[in-house]
Amino acid sequence: MAPMDLIGRCGIQFFGKMSASISHDLKNVLAVINENAGLLEDFCVMAEKGKALEPTRLKRLAEDVKHQIRRGDRIITSLNTFAHSADRESVAIDLRELLGLLLELTQRSASMQGVSLAVDRPPDPIMATTSPFLLLNLLWFCLDYAMKAAGPEKTVEITAEKTDDGTRLHFRKLAEMGSGAGSFPAEPERLLTGVLNAQIQLDPDSREFVVSLRGRAPEE
Amino acid sequence: MAEKVLIVDDDKAFLQILAERMQNRGMEVTTAESAAAALKLLEKESYDAVLLDLMMPEMGGIEALQIMRKKQPEIQVIFVTGHPSVSKGVEAMKLGAMDFIPKPVDMSELTEKIQHAKASRMILVEKASQEKIKKILTDKGW
Repeated sequence: MAPMDLIGRCGIQFFGKMSASISHDLKNVLAVINENAGLLEDFCVMAEKGKALEPTRLKRLAEDVKHQIRRGDRIITSLNTFAHSADRESVAIDLRELLGLLLELTQRSASMQGVSLAVDRPPDPIMATTSPFLLLNLLWFCLDYAMKAAGPEKTVEITAEKTDDGTRLHFRKLAEMGSGAGSFPAEPERLLTGVLNAQIQLDPDSREFVVSLRGRAPEE
Repeated sequence: MAEKVLIVDDDKAFLQILAERMQNRGMEVTTAESAAAALKLLEKESYDAVLLDLMMPEMGGIEALQIMRKKQPEIQVIFVTGHPSVSKGVEAMKLGAMDFIPKPVDMSELTEKIQHAKASRMILVEKASQEKIKKILTDKGW
């Protein structure tokens, strides 16, 4: 398969996986709202039979619904941002925001694998001019590998930093690199790093790998 | 007699509220937030129906179902899933789940499935007891 075809195919698979995960999360939100509405109906039936309504219980139900709506809104906002990441081939982005989005998108997968994700985001923006969608795709491959290679703490720590010639992302607290977690970087990661002018360096001694994005960041 | 149901789901908010609604319908409900916790409960107790979430951290519903069926062959598991596709539900039924119900849950459909599960389980338990008695009588030469 031609390199660009493979990148395109990986991109579609990535989009599909994220959409499936997000729609699953939304179904769960709707399920809880549905149960809250059902419980309200139950209370109405009980009230019709003479049982007094409890205002504190009703208030708690309303709070629960509001909480689920906030949860749903956060999920939809992430989906929207993710969908728009494919709008432009190259744009100035703050890597801290991109990492935040990646975290939202992969939270479910991490939780299914029993892995905690910790992102250390510095207070100042870390700007890079790149393709947000392709970078997200690359970082998702990286995170997927990092979760499989996570050490006994079952935590993957991600930190972002500026360097003289670009930016660097560290994926830390890994255990087995290149064995049980599979080969890394594999062809899709290598192709994406090529397109993004990036580099992946494994450092088994420090139990981490680093993704470097070359190129001067735009003025903030 | 009230249906005795175990609900297993890692979404605490969903678990609690579904349990409350089922209790309002006279069911005796126990909850577990993981498959491991459910398996522990099943060592001491049996239930008319187990409502099992398909996608859970560490141990998913399908793996849990296989272990549950080894522990209690007559167990009646109904998968409750937010998975929009039916393929997972079909796969689960092939592995021995009694039924599956999508989220958001339709309470009357769920109640019906639980009653059906209870009836199916009772038939299996009765059949197992009859076979046990038959074996004892045969062993004793009666």
